[in-house]
Amino acid sequence: MCDHLTDITESYNLYRNQLLDAKLLIGSGVQGVYGLSGKFEDIIESFEQYVTRVGKELSPEVIRFPPIFNRKTYLATDHIETMPDLMGSVHSFDGDDKAHLNLLRKKHDGDDWTTELTPSEVMMVPAACYPLYPTAANTILPDNGRLVDLRTFVFRHEPSPDPARMQIFRQREFVRLGTPKQALEHRNYWLDKGKEMLESVGLDIISEVANDPFFGRGGRVMSATQQEQELKFELVTAIASDEKLTAVSSSNCHLDHFGSEFNIKTNDGNFAHTSCIGFGLERITLALLKKHGFEITKWPSSVKGILNL
Amino acid sequence: MVIDNIGKIRALLKANGRLSIDVATLANDSDLYQAGLTSLATVGLMLSLEDGFDVEFPDSMLSRKTFGSIDSIADAIEELQE
Repeated sequence: MCDHLTDITESYNLYRNQLLDAKLLIGSGVQGVYGLSGKFEDIIESFEQYVTRVGKELSPEVIRFPPIFNRKTYLATDHIETMPDLMGSVHSFDGDDKAHLNLLRKKHDGDDWTTELTPSEVMMVPAACYPLYPTAANTILPDNGRLVDLRTFVFRHEPSPDPARMQIFRQREFVRLGTPKQALEHRNYWLDKGKEMLESVGLDIISEVANDPFFGRGGRVMSATQQEQELKFELVTAIASDEKLTAVSSSNCHLDHFGSEFNIKTNDGNFAHTSCIGFGLERITLALLKKHGFEITKWPSSVKGILNL
Repeated sequence: MVIDNIGKIRALLKANGRLSIDVATLANDSDLYQAGLTSLATVGLMLSLEDGFDVEFPDSMLSRKTFGSIDSIADAIEELQE
C-alpha cells in the first residue's frame, strides 16, 4: 500500500516537473496553483470552443459568473455542511489606523496577521453552477425548464502534488433546471455526449459512478448514499498516473436539493430538479498533453482538426 | 433492551432527522428516506446515535441501508452493543 502511494506520488511529481520544465505550467510556490502558458491556454480555448459548438445545438442561455459569489448564497448550498475543508472564504481589512498598525506589526514580527481581517461579503465559488440558483429563486420554470451554459474559475482548497488537482480551475457547465425527467435526461444525454467528445480527441475514457469528497465520517454516509443512488458519474482518464485515473468531466443529479433550497418550482407546483455536466478544462488539457505529447504540431491530425489547432 | 433502544432511536430521530412527517406516525419498518430523511440529515442522526448510545459505526455500516428504518437502526445499534 505504501509502495503504491509512493508510486502514485512519483507519477505526480514526474508529470508535474515535465510540465514545469516545458514551461506549460508556471509554478507559484503553492501546490495546485499555476500560471499557464500560451500553448496551454490555446488548448483550453480550442476545447472550450468545441464544447460551445456542441452545446449550441441545444440553444442554452449563456451566463458567466465571476469566481466569487454572495456569502449568503454559499450558506444556502450546504457546502459548509458537506465539504467545509474545500471552502475558500474571502477576508479583507476593515479596520482603522490603529488596527492597521497592529496588522503591520504582526506581519513584521512574523505573527498571525490574519486575525486582524474580517470576512468579506463573498466566498470563492466551489462549483460553476452555485451562483446560478439564487438567480432562479422564487420562480416557476417554463414547461421546457431551463438549460444554462456556465463557465467560471472554481476554488477548492486541496493542495496536492498532482498537477491535475489544481486549487483553482475552470469548469464549463451545462445546467438543467426542470422536472425530474428533464434533469435525468440532461445528465444521461451529456454523459454519452461528453464521452463521445472526449474520445473524439483521442482520450481513453471510462464512465463510472462516483461520489463527492464529503467531509469526515458523516461524509462516508453521504458518499455511500450518492453512490447507491447513482447521482454522480465521472468520465475518467489517465493523466499523471495510469493506475489512478482522473476525472476530467462529471455529471451530478441534485434531485430537488437546489430547487427546494431556492424555491424554484416547475409548473405542476413541485420543486424543480437540477442536474449538471461539468468539463474540467485544465484537466482535459493535461490529459491531451499526456496522451499526445507536448508538441501540438505532432498531435494526430484528426484531433487537431476537431480542435482547430 | 431492544424496545428501550427503539424509544431512544425515535427520540433521536425526532430531534435530528428533520423528517417531513411526525416520527410518531411512522412504523418501525417505515422507509425513513420516504419520510424525508436526507443524506445530510442522516449524518446528524448518525452522530446523535453515536453520542446517545456511546457506540461508533464502523465504515461497513456507513451506508444508506443502515439508516433506512427504525428497525434497521435498532439492529445496527444492537450489533454494536453486543
